[in-house]
Amino acid sequence: MAEKVSTEKTMSARDAIMAHVRKGLGVRGDEPGRRGVVQTRLRNPVANLIPERAKGTKPELVKQFQTMLENGGTGVVRVRTYKGVPDAVATALRERNLPSRVRLGSDPFFRTFEAEPGLLEILGGAAEATDLVGLSHAFAGASETGTLFLASGPDNPSTLNFLPEHHFVLIDASDVFGSYEECWVKLRGVLGAGVMPRTVNLISGASRTADIEQTIVKGAHGPKSLAVFIVGSARE
Amino acid sequence: MEQTSLHFRENATRALADPQLQRALGNVKTGFILKRAAARASLPEFDALRDEATAIKTHVIDHLDIYLEEYERRVLASGGHVHWARDAAEAREIVLAICREAGAKTVTKGKSMVSEEIGLNAALEAENIRPVETDLGEYIIQLRREKPSHIIAPAVHLNRDQIEGDFRAAHVDLPPERDLSQIVELVGEARTVLRQQFLAADVGITGANFLIAETGSSVIVTNEGNGDLTQLLPRTHIVIASLEKLVPTLEDASTILRVLARSATGQEMTSYTTFSTGPRRDEDPDGPDAYHVVLLDNGRSAMLGTDFQDMLRCIRCGACLNHCPVYAAVGGHAYGSVYPGPMGAVLTPQLTGIHDAAHLPNASTFCGRCQAVCPMHIPLPKMMRHWRERDFAGQSALATPKLAIRAWAWFAKRPGFYRFATAAQGRVLSLLPRSMLAKLPLARGWTPYRVLPKPASRPFLAQWEAREQEKLRRERPHHG
Repeated sequence: MAEKVSTEKTMSARDAIMAHVRKGLGVRGDEPGRRGVVQTRLRNPVANLIPERAKGTKPELVKQFQTMLENGGTGVVRVRTYKGVPDAVATALRERNLPSRVRLGSDPFFRTFEAEPGLLEILGGAAEATDLVGLSHAFAGASETGTLFLASGPDNPSTLNFLPEHHFVLIDASDVFGSYEECWVKLRGVLGAGVMPRTVNLISGASRTADIEQTIVKGAHGPKSLAVFIVGSARE
Repeated sequence: MEQTSLHFRENATRALADPQLQRALGNVKTGFILKRAAARASLPEFDALRDEATAIKTHVIDHLDIYLEEYERRVLASGGHVHWARDAAEAREIVLAICREAGAKTVTKGKSMVSEEIGLNAALEAENIRPVETDLGEYIIQLRREKPSHIIAPAVHLNRDQIEGDFRAAHVDLPPERDLSQIVELVGEARTVLRQQFLAADVGITGANFLIAETGSSVIVTNEGNGDLTQLLPRTHIVIASLEKLVPTLEDASTILRVLARSATGQEMTSYTTFSTGPRRDEDPDGPDAYHVVLLDNGRSAMLGTDFQDMLRCIRCGACLNHCPVYAAVGGHAYGSVYPGPMGAVLTPQLTGIHDAAHLPNASTFCGRCQAVCPMHIPLPKMMRHWRERDFAGQSALATPKLAIRAWAWFAKRPGFYRFATAAQGRVLSLLPRSMLAKLPLARGWTPYRVLPKPASRPFLAQWEAREQEKLRRERPHHG
């Protein structure tokens, strides 16, 4: 026994923990069957049960997506074409009594803003603490809970999602899916299997807290409000 | 942390007589329970999802060694570091070493129960590194130098007026005449004060709700966005997580996410669910330069292959606390341990030994609601029974109950004595007036609230025997 303890002490923490885990499970760790089961599962990720509410035609899903967001207090604006986006953003700023200034990344979805110089002041790069509005593009959305999926990078810096007082998010209607699983499939299709950007943010509402007497208050540390612009019409 | 579980009885008595605490605990009953029920009702697949979530975790635990290896491989491939800690001391040392190397003066922290478990804040302070809790509830209890009383709502034991007092005492730079009479003003003040800390911090420390083997990602589930500012802004991000947080794939995490928020706060989904993988990429304009994961064992591997293995499925939603009649009566601090309520009654003896935690598996009515609402189908009452058995077999801290049970067992195994003793006891008690029944020794915890029923003058078995005799007598054919 004493010998075993001293061996464990000289072992690296990693090896000692692994040895403990294997002892507890009653395995050696090199059984081909066990490793094979794990590798198959990791290489071919399979969806588990998908709730019925996440199934439907594209227009149904977009409608549910909008309703779910609105139920959580998020403002949703439908915009017919990308050409109309800068105007819709300018209108939303006016409605909130905010200056005509937004910070956004280098996402190609924002090119339409270049066509309308003078309408809005555009800031680029990572967010700063004094920013009032950050504008991001969500690569996908899940209608089941009205959840936006955003990937970090120069196109959409993650700080835009959290530092500004208000967060505006643009999403193409065709990128609205039913379930979270379909959003992951889309991400894997872009980046490849098992690869993630530094940060993927799933956002379903504005920052909130209920830590004092279980009373919900918006704008705890992140954005006090969330607004979503769904661009284009969803076809079958 | 200093564990006071041995004083559960004194703690509980104090808690029951604390009007502030009792008022605050009222929020648990009306808030969490109704919200969870509503969320469950609006998703017909909820119970089927619980079964799937349970199966995922069971599968991971059965293959934990391999999932840990695969996860580590993916973290390293994405440019992160993985550190292994056998116990709390090793975990603290690893975090301190990273902070020293980063030259850290201020550390912001997202909410993490593992951080509480390893006593990280005290260790940081001892090195002159200032830990700043950024979850509103954690921030409040840090100001009060208290411990969380709930695993997802750390300040649920407090009321608005107490927090106003704490803010006035702590934020002395702000005008004393400011109005803090509304909760929204308290939240606004915390936002302003903590904003400065987020921007100044050198290191950000978060926990993890999940670690994903497929991608090497850590996941945090929050509403405030504090965890995100904690891990995005400083140059170094440290994740501290226990071994059992592993899940295989993004799909598996998605399944468990569907039951997590609904079981915890009754939300369909929290405002923010964030997947972090490695440090910032070369082209990224923001994010940390370094990403460290500290994998903590601290007794988890010792649960494998035992009666407590299924406890490793726990996703820390807090539903068992919210639905526990004992928790609702005394609150989290009475348990005197990091993890309160039913899940704590099972986990704490594992972390600290059953002797110091002997009261916890006994602090239960065994009503079974904890198991009924657990999204991971953890048989909590059964596990509490296992701990009671182990406690009984060893040098129990509960000497009196142990003696009492021994005495009862002696009688129960000798039916003749047992009947004689209960009959004698019944005859004596049935002769006593009600006023004396209320003052019996050994029943004082009960009689102020409930009337002790007057026992029948003859015990059940005696009455039964008499009836049977009577029946036989009547059925016997009459002669003569």
